[in-house]
Amino acid sequence: MLDSLLLARIQFAANISFHIIFPMISIALTWMLLYFKWQYNRSGEDYWMNVYRLFVKVFALTFALGVVSGITMSFQFGTNWPGFMETVGNIAGPLLAYEVLTAFFLEATFLGIMLFGFNRVSNRIHTLATFLVAIGTTMSAFWILALNSWMHTPAGFEMIDGRAHATDWFAIVFNPSFPYRLVHTLLASGLTAAFLIAGLSAYRWLKGDRAKSVMTGMKTGLRIAAVLIPIQIVAGDLHGLNTLEHQPAKVAAMEGLWETTEGAPLVLFAIPDEEERTNHFSIEIPKLASLILTHDLNGEVQGLNDFEGEHPPVGPVFWAFRIMVMTGLLMLAVSWGGLWLLRKGREPSPFLSRVLVGMTFSGWVGVLSGWYTTEIGRQPFLVSGVIRTSEAVGPASAGTVMTTLIAWLTIYAFLTAAYIAVVFYLARTAGEKEKLVRGVNALGPKVGPLIDPKAAPAHG
Amino acid sequence: MAELIPDLSTSAGWLPLAFLLMMGLAMLAYVVLDGFDLGIGLLLPLANDDDKDLMIASIGPFWDANETWLVMGVGILLVAFPLAHGVVLSALYLPVSLMLIGLTLRGVSFDFRVKARAEHKAGWNRAFFAGSFIAAFAQGYMLGELVLGFDISLFAFVFSCFIGLCLASGYSLLGACWLAAKTEGELQLKAIRWAKRSVALTAFGVGAVSIVTPLLSGSIFAKWFTLENMIVVWPIPFITGVLFVVLWRTLSRLPVRLANNNEYGIWVPFYTAVGLFMLAFHGLAYSLFPWIVVDKMTVWDAAAAPESLMVIFVGAAIVLPVIVAYSIFVYRVFGGKATPLEYY
Repeated sequence: MLDSLLLARIQFAANISFHIIFPMISIALTWMLLYFKWQYNRSGEDYWMNVYRLFVKVFALTFALGVVSGITMSFQFGTNWPGFMETVGNIAGPLLAYEVLTAFFLEATFLGIMLFGFNRVSNRIHTLATFLVAIGTTMSAFWILALNSWMHTPAGFEMIDGRAHATDWFAIVFNPSFPYRLVHTLLASGLTAAFLIAGLSAYRWLKGDRAKSVMTGMKTGLRIAAVLIPIQIVAGDLHGLNTLEHQPAKVAAMEGLWETTEGAPLVLFAIPDEEERTNHFSIEIPKLASLILTHDLNGEVQGLNDFEGEHPPVGPVFWAFRIMVMTGLLMLAVSWGGLWLLRKGREPSPFLSRVLVGMTFSGWVGVLSGWYTTEIGRQPFLVSGVIRTSEAVGPASAGTVMTTLIAWLTIYAFLTAAYIAVVFYLARTAGEKEKLVRGVNALGPKVGPLIDPKAAPAHG
Repeated sequence: MAELIPDLSTSAGWLPLAFLLMMGLAMLAYVVLDGFDLGIGLLLPLANDDDKDLMIASIGPFWDANETWLVMGVGILLVAFPLAHGVVLSALYLPVSLMLIGLTLRGVSFDFRVKARAEHKAGWNRAFFAGSFIAAFAQGYMLGELVLGFDISLFAFVFSCFIGLCLASGYSLLGACWLAAKTEGELQLKAIRWAKRSVALTAFGVGAVSIVTPLLSGSIFAKWFTLENMIVVWPIPFITGVLFVVLWRTLSRLPVRLANNNEYGIWVPFYTAVGLFMLAFHGLAYSLFPWIVVDKMTVWDAAAAPESLMVIFVGAAIVLPVIVAYSIFVYRVFGGKATPLEYY
């Protein structure tokens, strides 16, 4: 029987993993919708509105899943980790409160106008509503990442009678890892949304849909990805250096490095063994880890044995990190290769289309493996050096947690499958829906068919 | 009771009180606003397919924001009363999980039912109903547990289940009254009939909580049944009774007026129902204060450090009025009779 600590962790991890995949799409997708809308306002070309129309539906569905799973999380802080708020509530509380006050209400309230208000407000107000939703989703990322980063690299507080008290709010919000994590996560969101747009558009192409909005979506998605991925690789590297400075045990686990070494090798492949504290079947490139981490071939990198009993489980961190890096490299190859194959108006081959469809949810793989690297890498602490995960767990019995865990896993599996099926279904039927509105008016049902679609772009 | 209350002129004294008020208002806003959303989910199986679309359209632009009040309420419990948050949510582990499963099903069905294949729509409608019912029932169950001080007994279980059904009925009342105001024609008349059917069980629930609460705790009994308090607090049950009468009479007369194309008083049932919820909430709050866990933990025992509360208070004082203002703006944008929802 699994103990209730592990079950509470699995349950929370399942919930937060299910949650994060949706905001990671919707944060960047709102900005991209704003871009599509701006292009339409500017050019009056229907195909921009058609791209918008497909992805606003994807967005609405994504947002709903993000909201419901986020509500679950706000409760699980208390049900699973009562010790967390009891110990660091004075820090975490205000950060969470500001997320609710400045982000949740903004996005949830203006979402109604963004989705359904097109015929009830002016185009200007509708664009403003879309903008406010985008601001809301991004603010939400800002606050929650400030808190998450503080759990990795706590600053600006003092401990009095076992409870953390704030001494410097600026230092708390802008704690050492926050700027890196925020940039790394927002770029990841951009990549996730970009591959989703490119993938669903490629799926339409494969199904024989040759509407102009198909190529527009595919190329826009690929271009955004091609610009973001090199920046992401640099940002990720800087984040890694920041981690080395503040959480060296995590980096040692990522690298699979047991002994402190000068001129540490880069381990490409290995099976880390915590019992024997060594790697099996390792394939290494000499001195490369030292070069990457210290920018010196013979630089010293601390090994796991310096942190015995205080370092994270090695295998999951080691592997999650490699999966994330591989996903990033694949994104680089596909976005640049794809744009080259589509150069000067060339049409996508079935091969390229299939690759893009296969990459539709590649962002999820990158995001989840990246999160597992950093979050499992923080163990055994809940807040680095302040409170251990085992000290925060709630009193619920293993049986109770197990029952609800099974219920949640069933629901999550079902909803994830339904989500994927429905976004592809929306893409497959987007072409027919475009034909239905063509000749009517791209703008909406209230404006009659006699009005030229291009005559009134100002109404939105 | 007076000895439980510290010096209110210090920030450690008045800040927890301010947050208790904020939490209470957020929870009340949630119960009323998501109450009519959940109520419409509960009524869904009674309607035909076209009506189902319009019923959901009448709440489609609002439900996200309405549910955010729950996050706010629980958020305040979490951030302002961290010591109580753990105790309360651990005691309510199962009903909380049940409610979250219900809210999840309901929330995703909003979108899936119109975006999935047409042949799956009936299934998502059922999920919408099931989610709404589970969430409403679990919330009522928790209310029952809270009133009984998290007692574990067969009586507590049966009582809490009964309150679960009563709250579901109360939400149906809110939902039906909302529909009566937001729709026209056949659906409007149906909504009025649904509202009438929900009144009785709602009244039973309000009565049951009102009677059981003072009987279970001596201190609560004293609050309601000592002479000097009675003069101040007995208007609450009295006005509640008056509102029930007004509600019933309006619901009986509206079909006659509507037959003459007269919509006079069409919002009266909804506002009356909201009034009932506010009074019930007020009475409950009066009974429980200053306990956050009955007879175990006061709001001051549970509160976070004053310097952290101050940081939130300043932000909330600035931002909350803005939130209320733009919420009203959105309700005005989607004011008038509900129309089918189109994405653009």
